[in-house]
Amino acid sequence: MVLFSFFVSGVFATLMRETVAEQFRLGARLLGAFVAGGIVLGWLLYALPL
Amino acid sequence: MATATARVAASAHPYTYAICAAAWAVPGAGHLWLGRRQKGLSFLVLLPLMFACGLWLEGRLFPFEVTEPLVGLMALADLGNGIPYFIAQLLSLGAGRPVAVTYEYGNAFIITAGLMNMLVVLDAFDVAQGRK
Repeated sequence: MVLFSFFVSGVFATLMRETVAEQFRLGARLLGAFVAGGIVLGWLLYALPL
Repeated sequence: MATATARVAASAHPYTYAICAAAWAVPGAGHLWLGRRQKGLSFLVLLPLMFACGLWLEGRLFPFEVTEPLVGLMALADLGNGIPYFIAQLLSLGAGRPVAVTYEYGNAFIITAGLMNMLVVLDAFDVAQGRK
Protein backbone atom coordinates (compact mmCIF):
# COMPACT_ATOMS: atom_id res chain seq x y z
CA MET A 1 0.00 0.00 0.00
CA VAL A 2 2.85 2.37 0.87
CA LEU A 3 4.65 1.53 -2.40
CA PHE A 4 1.46 2.06 -4.41
CA SER A 5 0.81 5.36 -2.60
CA PHE A 6 4.40 6.43 -3.26
CA PHE A 7 4.05 5.98 -7.04
CA VAL A 8 0.61 7.58 -7.27
CA SER A 9 1.52 10.59 -5.14
CA GLY A 10 4.80 10.99 -7.04
CA VAL A 11 3.07 11.13 -10.44
CA PHE A 12 0.24 13.39 -9.24
CA ALA A 13 2.63 15.79 -7.52
CA THR A 14 4.79 15.97 -10.68
CA LEU A 15 1.69 16.63 -12.80
CA MET A 16 0.16 19.27 -10.55
CA ARG A 17 3.15 21.38 -9.47
CA GLU A 18 5.87 23.11 -11.45
CA THR A 19 8.89 23.41 -9.15
CA VAL A 20 10.69 20.47 -7.54
CA ALA A 21 10.24 21.90 -4.02
CA GLU A 22 6.48 22.24 -4.53
CA GLN A 23 6.34 18.73 -5.99
CA PHE A 24 8.12 17.28 -2.94
CA ARG A 25 5.77 19.13 -0.56
CA LEU A 26 2.60 18.01 -2.35
CA GLY A 27 3.98 14.48 -2.85
CA ALA A 28 4.70 14.13 0.87
CA ARG A 29 1.24 15.43 1.79
CA LEU A 30 -0.46 13.09 -0.68
CA LEU A 31 1.60 10.11 0.50
CA GLY A 32 0.71 10.85 4.14
CA ALA A 33 -2.97 11.28 3.27
CA PHE A 34 -3.09 8.04 1.24
CA VAL A 35 -1.38 5.96 3.94
CA ALA A 36 -3.36 7.50 6.82
CA GLY A 37 -6.61 7.19 4.84
CA GLY A 38 -5.84 3.55 4.04
CA ILE A 39 -5.22 2.72 7.71
CA VAL A 40 -8.36 4.56 8.89
CA LEU A 41 -10.51 2.88 6.19
CA GLY A 42 -8.98 -0.49 7.04
CA TRP A 43 -9.96 -0.15 10.71
CA LEU A 44 -13.45 1.10 9.80
CA LEU A 45 -14.01 -1.92 7.53
CA TYR A 46 -12.58 -4.21 10.24
CA ALA A 47 -15.23 -2.96 12.63
CA LEU A 48 -18.05 -3.57 10.15
CA PRO A 49 -19.71 -7.00 10.44
CA LEU A 50 -19.36 -8.04 6.77
CA MET B 1 -13.28 34.36 -26.15
CA ALA B 2 -12.32 34.43 -29.83
CA THR B 3 -9.09 36.23 -28.93
CA ALA B 4 -8.21 33.61 -26.30
CA THR B 5 -8.89 30.79 -28.80
CA ALA B 6 -6.72 32.50 -31.40
CA ARG B 7 -3.92 32.98 -28.84
CA VAL B 8 -4.01 29.27 -27.90
CA ALA B 9 -4.02 28.26 -31.58
CA ALA B 10 -1.06 30.55 -32.28
CA SER B 11 1.02 29.10 -29.42
CA ALA B 12 0.14 25.46 -30.21
CA HIS B 13 3.05 23.18 -31.06
CA PRO B 14 3.01 22.00 -34.71
CA TYR B 15 3.66 18.37 -33.71
CA THR B 16 1.06 18.12 -30.96
CA TYR B 17 -0.25 14.69 -32.00
CA ALA B 18 3.25 13.27 -32.52
CA ILE B 19 4.11 14.50 -29.02
CA CYS B 20 1.02 12.74 -27.64
CA ALA B 21 1.97 9.51 -29.44
CA ALA B 22 5.52 9.73 -28.06
CA ALA B 23 4.17 10.48 -24.57
CA TRP B 24 2.01 7.35 -24.75
CA ALA B 25 4.75 5.10 -26.19
CA VAL B 26 7.48 6.16 -23.75
CA PRO B 27 6.20 7.60 -20.46
CA GLY B 28 7.59 11.12 -20.05
CA ALA B 29 8.81 11.43 -23.65
CA GLY B 30 6.19 14.08 -24.44
CA HIS B 31 7.37 16.33 -21.62
CA LEU B 32 11.02 15.76 -22.56
CA TRP B 33 10.19 16.75 -26.18
CA LEU B 34 8.51 19.92 -24.90
CA GLY B 35 11.58 20.85 -22.85
CA ARG B 36 10.08 19.97 -19.45
CA ARG B 37 13.06 17.87 -18.50
CA GLN B 38 12.46 17.39 -14.80
CA LYS B 39 8.84 16.31 -15.26
CA GLY B 40 9.73 14.05 -18.20
CA LEU B 41 12.48 12.30 -16.25
CA SER B 42 10.22 11.85 -13.23
CA PHE B 43 7.55 10.17 -15.37
CA LEU B 44 10.18 8.14 -17.21
CA VAL B 45 11.33 6.66 -13.89
CA LEU B 46 8.08 6.42 -11.91
CA LEU B 47 5.65 4.95 -14.46
CA PRO B 48 7.76 2.09 -15.92
CA LEU B 49 8.94 1.27 -12.37
CA MET B 50 5.34 1.01 -11.19
CA PHE B 51 4.53 -1.18 -14.21
CA ALA B 52 7.55 -3.40 -13.43
CA CYS B 53 6.43 -3.66 -9.80
CA GLY B 54 3.03 -4.85 -11.04
CA LEU B 55 4.68 -7.60 -13.10
CA TRP B 56 6.93 -8.51 -10.17
CA LEU B 57 3.82 -8.86 -7.98
CA GLU B 58 2.53 -11.42 -10.52
CA GLY B 59 -0.12 -9.17 -12.03
CA ARG B 60 -1.65 -10.03 -15.38
CA LEU B 61 -1.67 -8.24 -18.73
CA PHE B 62 -5.31 -8.73 -19.64
CA PRO B 63 -6.33 -9.80 -23.16
CA PHE B 64 -8.91 -7.91 -25.22
CA GLU B 65 -12.11 -9.88 -24.77
CA VAL B 66 -15.36 -8.60 -26.24
CA THR B 67 -17.42 -11.06 -24.22
CA GLU B 68 -15.97 -9.77 -20.92
CA PRO B 69 -16.38 -5.97 -20.90
CA LEU B 70 -14.52 -5.48 -17.60
CA VAL B 71 -11.55 -7.53 -18.83
CA GLY B 72 -11.60 -5.43 -22.02
CA LEU B 73 -11.48 -2.23 -19.97
CA MET B 74 -8.58 -3.55 -17.90
CA ALA B 75 -6.78 -4.49 -21.15
CA LEU B 76 -7.30 -0.93 -22.38
CA ALA B 77 -5.85 0.45 -19.14
CA ASP B 78 -2.87 -1.95 -19.46
CA LEU B 79 -2.29 -0.71 -23.01
CA GLY B 80 -1.89 2.81 -21.60
CA ASN B 81 1.62 1.80 -20.48
CA GLY B 82 2.91 2.09 -24.06
CA ILE B 83 6.11 0.33 -25.16
CA PRO B 84 6.79 -1.30 -21.74
CA TYR B 85 3.49 -3.17 -22.26
CA PHE B 86 4.65 -4.56 -25.61
CA ILE B 87 8.09 -5.46 -24.23
CA ALA B 88 6.40 -7.37 -21.39
CA GLN B 89 4.19 -9.16 -23.94
CA LEU B 90 7.21 -10.08 -26.07
CA LEU B 91 9.07 -11.44 -23.04
CA SER B 92 5.95 -13.43 -22.04
CA LEU B 93 5.74 -11.55 -18.76
CA GLY B 94 2.39 -10.67 -17.30
CA ALA B 95 0.79 -14.11 -17.52
CA GLY B 96 -0.40 -13.52 -13.96
CA ARG B 97 -0.87 -16.15 -11.29
CA PRO B 98 -4.37 -15.79 -9.81
CA VAL B 99 -3.52 -18.01 -6.82
CA ALA B 100 -0.63 -15.73 -5.81
CA VAL B 101 -1.32 -13.58 -2.75
CA THR B 102 -0.08 -10.50 -4.59
CA TYR B 103 -2.05 -11.09 -7.84
CA GLU B 104 -4.69 -8.38 -7.28
CA TYR B 105 -2.05 -5.93 -6.03
CA GLY B 106 -0.03 -6.56 -9.18
CA ASN B 107 -3.09 -5.88 -11.34
CA ALA B 108 -3.75 -2.64 -9.44
CA PHE B 109 -0.15 -1.49 -10.08
CA ILE B 110 -0.25 -2.30 -13.82
CA ILE B 111 -3.70 -0.80 -14.43
CA THR B 112 -2.98 2.36 -12.41
CA ALA B 113 0.36 2.90 -14.18
CA GLY B 114 -1.44 2.69 -17.55
CA LEU B 115 -4.20 5.10 -16.49
CA MET B 116 -1.70 7.58 -15.03
CA ASN B 117 0.30 7.47 -18.27
CA MET B 118 -2.90 8.45 -20.08
CA LEU B 119 -3.18 11.44 -17.72
CA VAL B 120 0.43 12.31 -18.53
CA VAL B 121 -0.42 12.20 -22.26
CA LEU B 122 -3.32 14.63 -21.66
CA ASP B 123 -0.99 16.93 -19.72
CA ALA B 124 1.54 16.82 -22.59
CA PHE B 125 -1.31 17.70 -24.98
CA ASP B 126 -2.25 20.73 -22.85
CA VAL B 127 1.37 21.89 -22.70
CA ALA B 128 1.76 21.42 -26.47
CA GLN B 129 -1.41 23.45 -27.04
CA GLY B 130 0.02 26.29 -24.97
CA ARG B 131 -2.58 25.98 -22.21
CA LYS B 132 -0.05 25.35 -19.43
